[in-house]
Amino acid sequence: MSGRTMLANKPVSAKHASGGKFASGLVALGFGLTLALSAQAAGTLRVANFGEPTTLDPHGIAGVWENRITGDMFMGLVTEAADLKAIPGAAESWTISEDGTVYTFKLRDATWSDGVPVTADDFVFSLRRILSPEQAARYASLLYPIKNAEAINSGKEKDYSKLGVRAIDPKTLEITLEQSTPYFLGQLVHYTAFPLPKHVVEKFGKDWIKPGNMVSNGAFMLSEYVPNDHVKLVKNPKFYDAANVKLDAVVFYPTEERNEMLKRFRAKEIDLATDFDSGQIDFLKKELPNETKIAPYLGTYYYPINDAKGPTADIRVRKALSYAMDRETITDKVMKTGEIPAYTMVPPGIPTYPGKPDVPWAKIPYAQRLDEAKKLMTEAGYGPGKPLKLELKYNTSEAHKRIAVALQQMWKAIGVEVELVNSDVKTHYKFLEENDFQVARAGWIADYNDAQNFLFLFETRSGKQNYSRYSNKTYDDAMIEASKTTDLAKRAAIMVKAEQVLLDDFGTLPIYTYVSKNLVQTNVVGVEPNVQDIHRSRWISLK
Amino acid sequence: MGRFIIRRILSAIPTLLITIALAFFMMRAAPGGPFDSDRKLPAAIEANINAVYHLDEPLWMQFLRYLGNVLRGDFGPSYKYLDFSVTQLIASGLPVSLSLGIAAVILGTVTGIFFGLLAAWRQNTALDHSVMAASMLGIAVPNFVMAPLMTLVLGLYLSLLPIGGWGGPSYWVLPILALALPKIGYVARLTRASAIEVLRSNFIRTARAKGLSERVVVVRHGLKAALLPVVSYLGPSTAGVITGSVVIESIFGIPGIGRYFVQGALNRDYTLVLGVVILYAAIIIALNLIVDLLYGVLDPKVRYE
Repeated sequence: MSGRTMLANKPVSAKHASGGKFASGLVALGFGLTLALSAQAAGTLRVANFGEPTTLDPHGIAGVWENRITGDMFMGLVTEAADLKAIPGAAESWTISEDGTVYTFKLRDATWSDGVPVTADDFVFSLRRILSPEQAARYASLLYPIKNAEAINSGKEKDYSKLGVRAIDPKTLEITLEQSTPYFLGQLVHYTAFPLPKHVVEKFGKDWIKPGNMVSNGAFMLSEYVPNDHVKLVKNPKFYDAANVKLDAVVFYPTEERNEMLKRFRAKEIDLATDFDSGQIDFLKKELPNETKIAPYLGTYYYPINDAKGPTADIRVRKALSYAMDRETITDKVMKTGEIPAYTMVPPGIPTYPGKPDVPWAKIPYAQRLDEAKKLMTEAGYGPGKPLKLELKYNTSEAHKRIAVALQQMWKAIGVEVELVNSDVKTHYKFLEENDFQVARAGWIADYNDAQNFLFLFETRSGKQNYSRYSNKTYDDAMIEASKTTDLAKRAAIMVKAEQVLLDDFGTLPIYTYVSKNLVQTNVVGVEPNVQDIHRSRWISLK
Repeated sequence: MGRFIIRRILSAIPTLLITIALAFFMMRAAPGGPFDSDRKLPAAIEANINAVYHLDEPLWMQFLRYLGNVLRGDFGPSYKYLDFSVTQLIASGLPVSLSLGIAAVILGTVTGIFFGLLAAWRQNTALDHSVMAASMLGIAVPNFVMAPLMTLVLGLYLSLLPIGGWGGPSYWVLPILALALPKIGYVARLTRASAIEVLRSNFIRTARAKGLSERVVVVRHGLKAALLPVVSYLGPSTAGVITGSVVIESIFGIPGIGRYFVQGALNRDYTLVLGVVILYAAIIIALNLIVDLLYGVLDPKVRYE
């Protein structure tokens, strides 16, 4: 940043020669106005949210930046505490049947922001709505553990009363599952399971999400929404725990320009910025050490490698490539934002996955690993006269490029000539889905806090989502067995075994565990670092 | 004159149709669709989405459906911003881009013409050289360098102005300046070049010979003729600036429509991109017409029958 400033210093002073009079006049005009405008209401949290929401309808969203907004307005049966522990939300208590398939929830005596009671019927209504084919909800599949959910969503079952969700009375809700699903309660925290106000959605139809129409059951309610400008939420006085909600309002500003956002943060126009450019880390550590918050995140940055065709179908090649990746250099010298080198696909920090597979070669010194990698390449039939030529695909981003270039150098050391191919994100993922790549960049952020959410990526039945087309019957069988096992410890052990198979096959190349990167002003209280980077404004206050 | 305008408007229709067709099929040729991401959707859900948005129909049918809707004034729903139709998005963003752009064009044109005439009038003096050097810099330094620099100096270091957002007049100053600076440069250089030429021409010599004051010679006789190249530059450049600048909008966090061109294309938000392309094409056609009409006013040699 400072380099750029110095380089461009001259133009600015010269520029004032031509536009000087106008500029100074306008600046003087602006000065008085800024003073008037920058006085903020004391209890308003200003959040830089790195993306414009696709919609405010919980049934249409798919991104963390959207979850930030809707999750402040709505509350599912179960909800998150500040540290992400699942706590009772709209339900005050529940019981689970012996076989783990029937959940009975006792709803809290609470109302929507317009004073109408929240009933079990609202839950039935919204679960039927998100699963209806006409709604075309992208994340409906998260609810497939519910009995007949998949059949209804795919249009095979037209009778919605067959869905395993029913209101026993206005305050009692019963959910029946296809089979015992150990992580189901955790999924109820997710926005796909938020209740919608039936009376409002039926009255306004598609327009129910407009300010003035929308009502919600969470700590905040919608006040203003100007596309690409801001979404403003204000405190919901009817929220059951309103007495403990400190903020009066939360404003979300969508911003793609991370460097400009950093300036706004430094000028205290923003209280909480939900990301920053890794390239700024040296500056931030020096200038804003107390404001910069980095925490491990439930996501893995990895390189899918083509297991089905081409030179990388040979396990020796995959093994050599993995050996030659110096992950510590990537995290410590290239990224420098506290990312954790990853040798496994499932990141640390998942309570239901305490063990982890064994990766003994990770401890071999890098130089020795390079020698072994070279040997493997020779065995596979490559050498100085006949180098392996690989194409590495990545989607446009400064960080992806830096990592790709670093790996290009590392792989050069074992005689692999890498050509870098860059495309926009949609094109890139189309290549991956069609298995049209040799080695490529990808990242996976978990939808829910469970190892299955990472490991399903490599099941044969995952089809196009299994970019590498990894296919191993032992792995597939283990994952199916795990899905039927209700004992959490046993289930974890089976999944560890499955992941071990995947890693021994070098079926994919994990690189690092993501971190969440927040900038938080020192007067903001209650933003606790957690693996899903979820910080509900309900728990936040300003000093 | 009236017939000329009607003829021009009628001839705009095939131009618009070709533009729509090109944009439509080029968008569809790009891999990936509006609802693709790193999460491969289950087949059932993908089928649901395609059915709701008619993406499962043959391409030609989708094209005809789209054309039919456009003729009825319906630009369709945005695929990326589900809470809004394309018309609503443009209606909410266009006034912002429009006011920002018009302010920048006025500031750029008036200041540019003033400095250009000044330079021409005092040709080859120190004043002329410094105006020309400054305007060259204004043109050469791109927006994405100038705008962050202005926010850094005026916003962060001097705390004179807000860095980003779209609140009140104080938020307008930096983006308008950033947009206007290159315009000032262009207009100043164009004005200077053509003014020098005009000031040497016979009718100016005649005006001087009649004993008119220098001010009357330059402003009343010289200016009008000198403005012709500026006017033809202003047409397309105004179209560009009032439909928003993606750089300026994302740097300052302004809710205009400029970002829809680039982001719409990257998001494969087919309807939104088509909507802004049609708008942009219509504005360019309209402004070119206005420029041609202005020629008739400024240049006695041009007459429309």
